[in-house]
Amino acid sequence: MTDVTKTAIAPLRSFLSEDVIQVFYRLLAAFLICVVLSFLSESFFSLGNILNVLRQASLMFFIASGLTLVVLTAGLDLSVGANVALSACLAGTVIHHSGSATLGVLTGLAAGGAVGLLNGIMVTVLRIPSFIATYGMLWVLNGLTYWYMAGDTIHGFPAAFRQIGSGYLFGLPTPVYLLLLFLAIGTIFAQRTIWGQEIYAIGANPVAARLSGIPVNRRLLLVYAVSGTMAGLASIIFLARLNSAEADIGESLTLPAIAAVLIGGTSLFGGVGTVFGTFVGALILTLVLNGMNLLQVNASWQPLVTGIILVFAVWLDMKTRQRGR
Amino acid sequence: MREGAAALPANPLQRIPGVAIMLGVLVVVFGAIAPGFLSTANIYNVLVQSTILMMLALPMTLIIMTEGLDLSMGAVLTLTSLLVAIVSLATGSMLIGLAAAVLVGLAFGIANGWLISIIGIPPFVATLGTLGIAQGLSLIVSDGQSVVGIPQSVRDIYSATLFTVPVPIVMALVSYLAFHALLYHTRFGTYIFALGGNREALKYAGRSPTKLLIVVYAIGGAMAGVAGLLMTARMNSGHPTAGLGLEFDAIAAVAVGGTSFERGNGWLLGTALGVIAVGVLRNGLNLMALPSSIQVASVGVLVILALFLDGLRSRL
Repeated sequence: MTDVTKTAIAPLRSFLSEDVIQVFYRLLAAFLICVVLSFLSESFFSLGNILNVLRQASLMFFIASGLTLVVLTAGLDLSVGANVALSACLAGTVIHHSGSATLGVLTGLAAGGAVGLLNGIMVTVLRIPSFIATYGMLWVLNGLTYWYMAGDTIHGFPAAFRQIGSGYLFGLPTPVYLLLLFLAIGTIFAQRTIWGQEIYAIGANPVAARLSGIPVNRRLLLVYAVSGTMAGLASIIFLARLNSAEADIGESLTLPAIAAVLIGGTSLFGGVGTVFGTFVGALILTLVLNGMNLLQVNASWQPLVTGIILVFAVWLDMKTRQRGR
Repeated sequence: MREGAAALPANPLQRIPGVAIMLGVLVVVFGAIAPGFLSTANIYNVLVQSTILMMLALPMTLIIMTEGLDLSMGAVLTLTSLLVAIVSLATGSMLIGLAAAVLVGLAFGIANGWLISIIGIPPFVATLGTLGIAQGLSLIVSDGQSVVGIPQSVRDIYSATLFTVPVPIVMALVSYLAFHALLYHTRFGTYIFALGGNREALKYAGRSPTKLLIVVYAIGGAMAGVAGLLMTARMNSGHPTAGLGLEFDAIAAVAVGGTSFERGNGWLLGTALGVIAVGVLRNGLNLMALPSSIQVASVGVLVILALFLDGLRSRL
């Protein structure tokens, strides 16, 4: 654990250099996957497919970026997928009834954030271990969403709203701009602000963090609320992209989001990792799933492959860090 | 890193009220408001329907006692249930189907134990990975379709009786007694308590925690295989999403039963009562014509409540 503590508390420069190397390896892996795929499939390097990959990766990134902060505190949020489903269904209903996309967006963000805050309260006030608290929340949300939707589908949203998910701006998909925006915000928040550094410190050693005067519970509440709000944001993008909301849209989202965080080099034990790493993780996972699609592998294989990559990424991460020590 | 929680002595008397009161309240409430809840046929029904959950909750208790978790159990159950259907359909033999299911379940259990104890991946992430793998395999072997036309020998498992007691209840009782004997009357059981409570002591006693952990998860996988037989017999088919989420009911039963997630204290009878409490909750809501989605949400609330109370008790 000493290396973790050192990494989190050491001066910014040495802290970055360690992570820069880790991220560099992962970018290299993403590049190699691209090379392999371009040999295997002719359509891989088409503009349409590249833009598609970026769009997919940004959807995965929105959920995974908030989750990264949670994992940095040595916690986990298993409820993100179910949160996306509930927020999307609520936002969709509001847009349908009020006709206002703005109100819908606000509803999605607020619903996601409220769920995140509840998670935070369970972890800090009720002191339930995060993975089991958010796992309980997953089923509560699933149940509520299925009950609320009662098998219905909400579809058909205003064209302007759909632009958020499926439109283009200067030749790039709209979500990619949001991706760049949140990548910048997330990186600056985690690396350059005191609150961000406190989050690393909490993950590295919660007792030391408390003793050094960091308001641990308030930071944890913030982290879970951010994770929930980012799930709310993802729900808006999903809604705009799919042009419909159903109770089951979140079921296949949690596993890839967690996988993206861990592939990106964020340690499950807290205190180590970057938001940029998570972006690269989302990119790698999207490339693999996209490649499987292009090679016409049955979609049934996706959870299997995601599961294997998840376990492999954690194993590899632990190996490299052991050697570093 | 968790703060060192003070190790409380396992005091069953302190726990009996918790889960027993919860079960009592549920029975009284549903007896009053759910039509037909207290009829003999319905109580019989609750017990028979709880048997699959019992098969999962018993090994889940051991796993949680080692400060672990197995999120893959429901997905593995789905896969083994499909295997029972496919293999018994192909060979015409229920026993070969059961053997295939138990073997595959065992393989998943060993894989979980290996990832957790030798590779060192935290349990909830390792088993989340194998959940994805089992779920993927279920979709692949079934091609996303139900497997129908199950042999009569498989169906009989769920409907037959032994001395007027339904076979599933006999299986659940035998499993309970076996787990009880294993946990409280063998050295292996003592080691399980030590795995959660005091791993250092285990090392000084010359026992490898690694091997023990693999065995604990392997037992969980094998039991998911046995539960797969009951599931297929009950549904009269194999379905690629049949058991998804059932691990949560198992975790709920264990949590309600008073087994702690952080201190290595476990109570097997509490788990059995917890299984019945979850069964009663689902059955009662069902009788009140509330959809299964509300049942799922209620079980979620039940878990959070149980863990909150457990946390309160540990701070007393």
